Amino acid sequence: MIKNIKNILTLTLVALAGIAFGQIPSAEAGTFALTNATIETVTNGTIQNGTLIISDGKIGDVGTSVSIPDGAKTIDCSGLTIYPGMIDGGTQIGLVEVSSDPRTRDNNEIGDVIPHIQALTAVNPSSVIHPVTRVNGVTTALTMPSGGLFPGTAALINLHGYTPDQMYAGFKGVVVNFPATGRRGRWDRRSDEDIKKAAEKALKQLNEVWAKAVQYHKIDSATGGKDQPYYPEMEALLPAVRGEMKLLINVNSSKDIKSALEWIDEKGADAILCGVSEGWRVAEDIAKADVPVITGPVLSNPTRPYDRYDRPYANAGAMLQAGVKVAIRTNEVENTRNLPYHAGFAATYGMGKEEALKAVTIVPAEIFGVADKYGSIEKGKVANVFVTNGDPFETRTQVKYVFIDGWNIPMVSRHTQLYEEYLNRAPGVEK
Amino acid sequence: MKKINIIIALLLTITITMAQEKGSVLIKNGTVLTVTNGTLDNTDVLIRDGKISKIGQGLSAPNGAKTIDANGMYVMPGIIDAHSHLALDAVNEATNPVTAEVWVGDALDPLDVGIYQALAGGVTTAHSMHGSANAIGGQCETVKFRYGEIDPDNMRMNGAPRTIKFALGENPTRVHGGGNGILPRTRMGVEHVIRSSFQQAKEYMEAWNDHNSNKSKKGYKGKAPTYDLRLETLADILKGNIIIHCHSYRADEIYMLMQVCKDFGVDKLVFQHVNEGFKVAPELAKFGAGASVFADWWAYKFEVYYSTAYNAAILTKNGVTTSINSDSGELIRHLYHEAAKSQKYGGLTDDEALSLITINPAKQLGIDSRVGSLEEGKEGDVAIFKNHPLSIYAVPMVTIVDGIVRFDRENDPADMRLYPDPEEKIDVTFWEAEDHDRCMANTEFLFTDK
Repeated sequence: MIKNIKNILTLTLVALAGIAFGQIPSAEAGTFALTNATIETVTNGTIQNGTLIISDGKIGDVGTSVSIPDGAKTIDCSGLTIYPGMIDGGTQIGLVEVSSDPRTRDNNEIGDVIPHIQALTAVNPSSVIHPVTRVNGVTTALTMPSGGLFPGTAALINLHGYTPDQMYAGFKGVVVNFPATGRRGRWDRRSDEDIKKAAEKALKQLNEVWAKAVQYHKIDSATGGKDQPYYPEMEALLPAVRGEMKLLINVNSSKDIKSALEWIDEKGADAILCGVSEGWRVAEDIAKADVPVITGPVLSNPTRPYDRYDRPYANAGAMLQAGVKVAIRTNEVENTRNLPYHAGFAATYGMGKEEALKAVTIVPAEIFGVADKYGSIEKGKVANVFVTNGDPFETRTQVKYVFIDGWNIPMVSRHTQLYEEYLNRAPGVEK
Repeated sequence: MKKINIIIALLLTITITMAQEKGSVLIKNGTVLTVTNGTLDNTDVLIRDGKISKIGQGLSAPNGAKTIDANGMYVMPGIIDAHSHLALDAVNEATNPVTAEVWVGDALDPLDVGIYQALAGGVTTAHSMHGSANAIGGQCETVKFRYGEIDPDNMRMNGAPRTIKFALGENPTRVHGGGNGILPRTRMGVEHVIRSSFQQAKEYMEAWNDHNSNKSKKGYKGKAPTYDLRLETLADILKGNIIIHCHSYRADEIYMLMQVCKDFGVDKLVFQHVNEGFKVAPELAKFGAGASVFADWWAYKFEVYYSTAYNAAILTKNGVTTSINSDSGELIRHLYHEAAKSQKYGGLTDDEALSLITINPAKQLGIDSRVGSLEEGKEGDVAIFKNHPLSIYAVPMVTIVDGIVRFDRENDPADMRLYPDPEEKIDVTFWEAEDHDRCMANTEFLFTDK
């Protein structure tokens, strides 16, 4: 009893210290048994009144009759549902902190062809955005550099860890900004002719770079890499040329999507299409080419003023219907936490709940080649899960627990801390 | 080809000119979310000549009125956005820290297809605002989304109180102190700009009062002060004839403006964005100032780094009249979803959450006696949803303004532009999302770092 009181006191003090200094308390490692839960495995249906065991960072067991290991901390999940952690298929999380301040932006390096520039290097493990994001059930995100033709190599990260390597989730891909024939935005005042010329020039450059990389691969293979001069750009493209690393091709307008599909076919590249805001226009072509898609933001305006108002909401569903493998992304930084709402809108406008859930769990895991570790609740997979009191897409739903790599994540973020401090501010008007 | 387009445009013009301003419609058997008087199951709403004439059961439609079967649907007041830049051809007169003399109402664009996209999110009324480049910006216009009307005057919500945009913090200091090299460069300078402007307006007003009360007196030798539209407008603020809507983020600057307003006896004050409003919620409540916030936008600039998505809930629980706005042609299409975030972040009730996008913004714009709830006598602005509007699965089906259906999901064609440009290249696409903060539109030329 006395020991218990002491424990409670210690815990309270630790919690208070965390709050007082505005810091996020540490996550907790250990063996956990989540009992009496509804478990949405995503790949093997729904388990009612089930138990999920987390040990050594993995899903130790899952089912209705599993034995709870000695020393496991039991968390009663009656009335709650466990889902696999959501994966955002495209963000700049960790690379950007305050987007208007260039000193906090590490997403956009100088140079057009810089595939060797590594997103993982600049992922800030201490970003205040990570806790804000993960307490909403988004455990994993692809973070992508942006800029020129080959702006760098993207990395899949888990949103917990103290070094980039602790966050790394096992997938990297070379980013390509496929030459765009569209306008970048309202502010883009280039003439149609200039846009066309720029796109043609960029496509020529893309082909030249690829040809060079193929050449590099031939030399490298012939010499076994011996006496090759230092050529980091080509080193970075080598695995992509060899089909050992995927290309993440950002492309949006229908015309460009078709060009990109032709390019992929011509080069025999292992590619993923990203963005794809006009995918619905050429969904059959994408399906036929059998190239997977990571689309989003779902919450966006139509790309053309004469398009139906709900096209962006319906895009993911339309592509899925045509037979395309579709994952969903936010393309966000600080509001990556809204991934479930992007999926929810896609679900509402034609994709359906079940497929939309897959589009933020198992599908991106498969596209990134990490489905053996992530994306569903199966014995042996990494313990990335979240527990809710309802439908994970419903706006009002509360996330009760989050586990990343088996660590029990504190449900605390800057947003909850400010809420705690200011809901009943003391002193009030009078001091 | 061009000829055909012109003919189509002419035909459209004829149809549009013939469109009625006010209509009658009977909405049958819906779940009626009145916002101010609870939820009524299986209830009819009758709009006659643009006004809600009856809410009840078993109502019948007057001759010629359209009937909408809302069985299984939710009927709510048209959504109101207290911060938008839609329907505007110009946003910022970024040439002086004080531009009270300009008015966005002179630059209305009823052809903006963004208006239709907003209607497709259940929005019927918006506060089309001047931008945030200036400490004291231009006057704003409260518009009704009567999409289809091509006369800019038909967009105005006639009789709505005058409003004006103020702006604190990074935007005016970057534009003027940074871009133009003049005061204000700091939040200290912003206070000075506002305080000195109010003082000048006070002196101007007193000079006119003085002149007016003496001019008929015998032997009066004085002459009328020089007419100045800027000072006239500022004087109207001091007289309480214009509601200030102030772009603001940090608690200190919010507090500053309340102090300045107190000193000059100004009490019609609504803060816009007000990301740190939660820090001074008791002060805002005591002053009686409104707060019009984003549901969850934060961290896109340094002054919103210390934000919380619980802002709306904290403000509401402290008794501040709070709304959720868009400031964006994207967000405005799903304000019903933005309002629902106040349930995730702070557990507001359905009525509290719906108030954030209906009656509360109406109060902030001074139009709550006319719109913002479903009550007999109010204007016939209604949004009909499949599924509850606070659910992620909500689908806006029909939006009605003054009794006229302006959005109909089942029956509208895909292309809803009013004036297709015959020169437009149809294969040109926008492929990047809009920037945050449309408030800074027309000032991009001042900055090179982005």
